[in-house]
Order: sequence, then C-alpha cells, then structure tokens
Amino acid sequence: MSVVAEGRATGGSGGAGGPLLALRGISKHFGAVRALNHVDLDVPAGQVTALVGDNGAGKSVLIKTVSGIWPPTGGEIRWDGNRVDIGTPKAADHLGIATMYQDLALCDNLDIVQNMFLGHEALSHRLLDETRMEITAKQTLADLSVTTVQSVRQLVGSLSGGQRQSVAVARAVMRDARLVIMDEPTAALGVTQTALVLELIKTLGARGIAVIVISHNLNDVFEVADRLAVLYLGRLVSSGPVAEYDRQRTVELITTGRSADDPPAGPATTDTEA
Amino acid sequence: MALDEERGSADEAGRRQTDIPGMVSAEVDSDTPVDLDVPPELTGSLGEYARSLGKKIRSGESGVLPVLGGLILLVIVFQVQDSVFLSSGNLVNLLVQGSVFVLLGMAEIWVLVLGEIDLSVGFVAGVGATITAILSTTHGLPWWVAILGGVATTAAVGALWGALVVIFRLPSFVVTLAGLLGMEGVLLYLVNGNGTGGTIRITDPVLNDLANGNMSTTAGWIVMIASVALVGAVTFLRDRHRRINGLVAPPIAVSVLKVVAMAAAGVGLVLVCNTNRGALIPVQGVPYVVLIVVGIMAVWTLLLGRTRFGRYLYAIGNNAEAARRAGISLGWNKLWAFTLTGLTAGIAGVVYASRLGSISSNIDGGTLVLYAVASAVIGGASLFGGRGKMVYALLGGLVIATIYNGMGLLGLAAAYQYMVTALVLLAAVTIDSLARRGRTTGD
Repeated sequence: MSVVAEGRATGGSGGAGGPLLALRGISKHFGAVRALNHVDLDVPAGQVTALVGDNGAGKSVLIKTVSGIWPPTGGEIRWDGNRVDIGTPKAADHLGIATMYQDLALCDNLDIVQNMFLGHEALSHRLLDETRMEITAKQTLADLSVTTVQSVRQLVGSLSGGQRQSVAVARAVMRDARLVIMDEPTAALGVTQTALVLELIKTLGARGIAVIVISHNLNDVFEVADRLAVLYLGRLVSSGPVAEYDRQRTVELITTGRSADDPPAGPATTDTEA
Repeated sequence: MALDEERGSADEAGRRQTDIPGMVSAEVDSDTPVDLDVPPELTGSLGEYARSLGKKIRSGESGVLPVLGGLILLVIVFQVQDSVFLSSGNLVNLLVQGSVFVLLGMAEIWVLVLGEIDLSVGFVAGVGATITAILSTTHGLPWWVAILGGVATTAAVGALWGALVVIFRLPSFVVTLAGLLGMEGVLLYLVNGNGTGGTIRITDPVLNDLANGNMSTTAGWIVMIASVALVGAVTFLRDRHRRINGLVAPPIAVSVLKVVAMAAAGVGLVLVCNTNRGALIPVQGVPYVVLIVVGIMAVWTLLLGRTRFGRYLYAIGNNAEAARRAGISLGWNKLWAFTLTGLTAGIAGVVYASRLGSISSNIDGGTLVLYAVASAVIGGASLFGGRGKMVYALLGGLVIATIYNGMGLLGLAAAYQYMVTALVLLAAVTIDSLARRGRTTGD
C-alpha cells in the first residue's frame, strides 16, 4: 500500500536479529496503584504484536510508557539492543515510534491536514508548506479509502467518530516510523474500513516495521497478529507466536491470568490487586 | 442536556448502520452534515462559494462578519447623531485613538490563543513607555535606542510571567494579576523617581511623530499601492501553486473580489487621511501609526498563521495533552507567547506615550487591559483558547475606539462610554455563543 511506501526504507531490526524493542522488568505505579508490574516484552521488527487483556489490565499504560507519555517507575527499555530513556513523547518520536492513542489526541480546532502533521509540519523557507502537507494527507487518506471526508481542510471537530479515528490512524501510519503503536485502531470503524486498517497493519509488518496493536476484538487480533502478549492485572502473563494460542486459551488468559494448558503462569499474583 | 443525549444516540444509530457491509461509503450521519464544513475558500465556483459561505455562517462559523456589521452599525448611529463623526479629521483621530487598543489587543491574542490571559499588559505598556521616555528625554539617547530599551524590557517582563506560568504551573490569571499590581508600582517608582513631577515629557521629534506625524500624501499612496499589490500577488501566486499541484483553490472571482475590496479600503483610507484636516495650517497624510499597526499586524499574522510556532499555539490552546503527545514543547511555546505579549504591549506603550506627548503616573493600566481583552474578544477570539487571529484585535479595537470617539463627540460622560462598551462586549460574546450553538461539533 502506498501509504507505507511513502516512508523511507525503514531498515530491519538492529542488533543481529534481536527484537527492535525489548522491555525488561517495566513497572509503572500511580501512587499505591501498580498499573504495570515487572513486564518483560519483546517486540520484533517486521511483526505485529497484539496486546490483549481485560479492561484495567494495563494495556494503555504500557503503550503510553513506551510512547514517552510518562517515564516508567522501574525497569528498562532497550531499543535495537541499547538501553534508552523514553521520558518524553519527543524522545519516542526521535527513536521512530508513532502512536495512535485510544483517545485519538486530536485538536478539534485544527483541520485534518494540520492534525495529521502536528509536530511534523513540512516547511519551505521556514514557513509552513501547506500545499505539500495537503497533497500527502490526501494521498494517505485515499489509500485508507477514507471517502466520507469532503475536504481535508475540514476542522476535525466537525468529523464523526469514525472519521476522527481514520485521521488518527492515518497520522500514525503516515510517519516514517520504525514502531507503530495503535490503541484500539478499529473501535469506531465500520466493516469495510476495519478490514482496510487491518490490511494496512499487516502491510506495515510485512515492510519490516514493528507494530503493536491493542484490541478487544479477538477476530481482529487473530487476523493480523504474528505474536500475542496477554496482560492480566498489570502483569504480562503470557507472550509468544500467535500459533501457540487458540481462542479458548487466549480468553482464559485474559479473564483469569492463567490457562489450563500451562499451569505455571508466572509469578504469584496475590500482591497485585489492580 | 436532553437534546445532547438525543443527538448522541442518533449518532450511534448512524454509525451502527455503517456496520452493514457495503454501506460504509454511504455513511451519512444525519446530524453531522459534513458538506457544511467544506471551507468556502476551497469550493470551485463563485456560486458554490457563496452557498458554502452562507452555510458556514448559519452553522456558527461566522468569522469576522458580525463584528464588521456591528462596526458599520455603530458608524451609522454616530454619523446620524453627529455629522462630524465621518469627517476626515475625526476619522483620523479615531484611527490614532484606536491604535493603542488594537496593539494591546494583538498583545493579548498571543496568550488568549493558548487559553491563557495577561492582565498586566496595560501597566506593562506604561512601564515600556516610561523607560523609553526616560532613556530619550532624561538621558538624551537616540529615539531608536529608547524604543529598543523600552520594548526589550516589556518583552523580558512578559517572559518572566511566562516562566512563572510554565515552571511553577501557576495560573496566568493570578501571575499577571500580581503583574498588574507590581507593574503599577514599578511605573510609579520610575516616573516619580525621575523628579519631573509625576510626568515625563516626550521631546524627541521622531518619538512624537510616531502617533502624531503623517506621511506625505505621495508616500501614503505609494505604501498603500505597494501593500495591496503585494497581498494581491501573494494571493494569486498561492492559488496558482495550489492549482498546479492539483489542489482546490478559491475561485479566481473570489480572490479578485477580495483584492478589489482591500484596494477599495486602502484607497478610502488614503483619501480620508490625505484630505486637509487642519484648521489654520494644512494637516494631511496617513499617520505613521497606521503603518506601524498594519506592519505589526502583518508580521504577527504571518508568525501566528504560517509558522510551526503559531500552529503549536493553536494546538496547545485546544488540547494541550494532544500537543504534548505530538512532541510539542508546551513550556517553550508558552514562554515565547508571553514574551510576544510583553513585546507588543511595549510597542503599544510607546505609541500611547507618543500620542499624549508624555507618560504620567496617572495612566489607567487597569482600564487599558480590559479594553485589550475586550478588543480581542469582540473581534472573535475565545477566552477558552484555540481560537483567535490578529485581525480580530484590529476589528475589536476599532469598535471600542468608535464607541470611545463617538460618545466623546456626543459629549456623553465616561460613565456612558463604559456602559456601552460593556453592552457591546456582552453582545459580541452572546452572538458568538448563540451562533456556535448551531455549530456541528462532531461527537
């Protein structure tokens, strides 16, 4: 899909086949609440990692930690095998992490083009190059088959929920990113557009980009994911290639944090009530 | 509330409908009429443009039209009451009076766009004027050194407010309220410390001419024609650039109409200003202060509308967290906005002192700041952030100057001026609020 082709060659994962992103013992506490507890997770380049879990399991907290919304309370993040600090969104951006947040993080008073390029505006002679940005934005939206938008110069505040989500997805995939993170990318989309976004996620993976997808929809998860990671009350209870999971086992892991197939599901859970 | 909920459920119904395969391209949420939101400037023809503009106005995006209409109404009322109002002498006087309001209003726009406010601009302007006066009159320094000193000081004061807001996360309302009191103190200290009895006169001819001097009649024409030609050229080149790249540009007729309207306004302005308005000796020409105001407005408009910095201010003003997640530095951008507010206030102060020929400890910085905020809000800026343009301050400032001037002509006391200004301010925000109720806000 040419959306992705727009980006420059993104290269393979660095460090001789190691994961692009590796989380080691990541914790995040909000006061007494332990939202994440010693999470270890590998996110390899060129694969789609689906992050699943029940409400409050810590999925969004985890991706916000990786996106630099807040620094983790403990643990370390490795990027290309090197330890990095992702304390700010800017730091995440410099590494090549593009995130679509569940709340979309759009500015209602700006139009579609302005939102899609927010923080990455094209310039010519130090002034905004509106023409170039508009062309790219139109192309990206066309590739995503976003046909319901009349003009890319509409204010985002005037869009419907599905249109807003399309804009947020387009913004994340348009960038020249090495890791694309999407938090519930299809929640507000219709059937056809959901299929397109899932197709796009697969394409991103096929092009060597690492993708993390959060979804409640297991149909979507099993359609796109190469790897699965299950969070339960802030702990990563299971992760691995998607072939190791079936629907039954996944649901068990999501709802109880353990599965009949693998009795020792991880460290004791008694100290972590959400 | 009940209406809103009903709307929400209707929206959801609209979306559920799209879950039927093959229905997506037909996704039409009955109550989010998307076609209303095509910006008129991106329609194909003149007729479409007019229709789109009409829809835009009805849906609450009326832009500057209400304030323009209000201004014209005020002018008609005052002219009917007193035929001197539209005389050349009075109109020029009005422009000069209004220049301080407009400059202070533009100062306020920088922070209003962020959703912040600066209550100190009146006395900050006074301090800037005082420092300029002291440097020029007391120390005999060249006029430009004096202005630079005054304006640099006010910019630094603005930066200080910004730093307090950013570093300690204090509300700008409180920081600048303290600033209002503190700067009044600094002003009194400086003026009284000068030992000239509570007033410092402006003696430098250039400084005096800023507000009181006029361009030659020929220079007025040349500057006006050059400005219109520049705007026209930029407009048409930009439209052409868009068309070449396959994007929709405003219809040529619309661009022509806009440039013609601007040229007409320019010709009118120069004609009025070039008419002899002196009683004994001939006085004519466009006041320099008009050029100063228009020049600053042009530069600030470019900075706010066509640079990353300006774009970030709008983003922060609407959704600071979204801006932060986009990698935008909230702190630095806020700091610069407050600095520009201080800088613009300093320029306003210099113009103020130039007009009066002096700066005194009696300057009513409290009223000035209220006029500044009123100018911006009457023009159409939002106190909640995310919305505002420099031209709003121009229009709002002219409205206030018109009331101020017109009621003065009618011999009405200040009491009435304040009351009428209050009513206009209320009317402006009410019209805006009513109009916005019809605005589609998505969900």
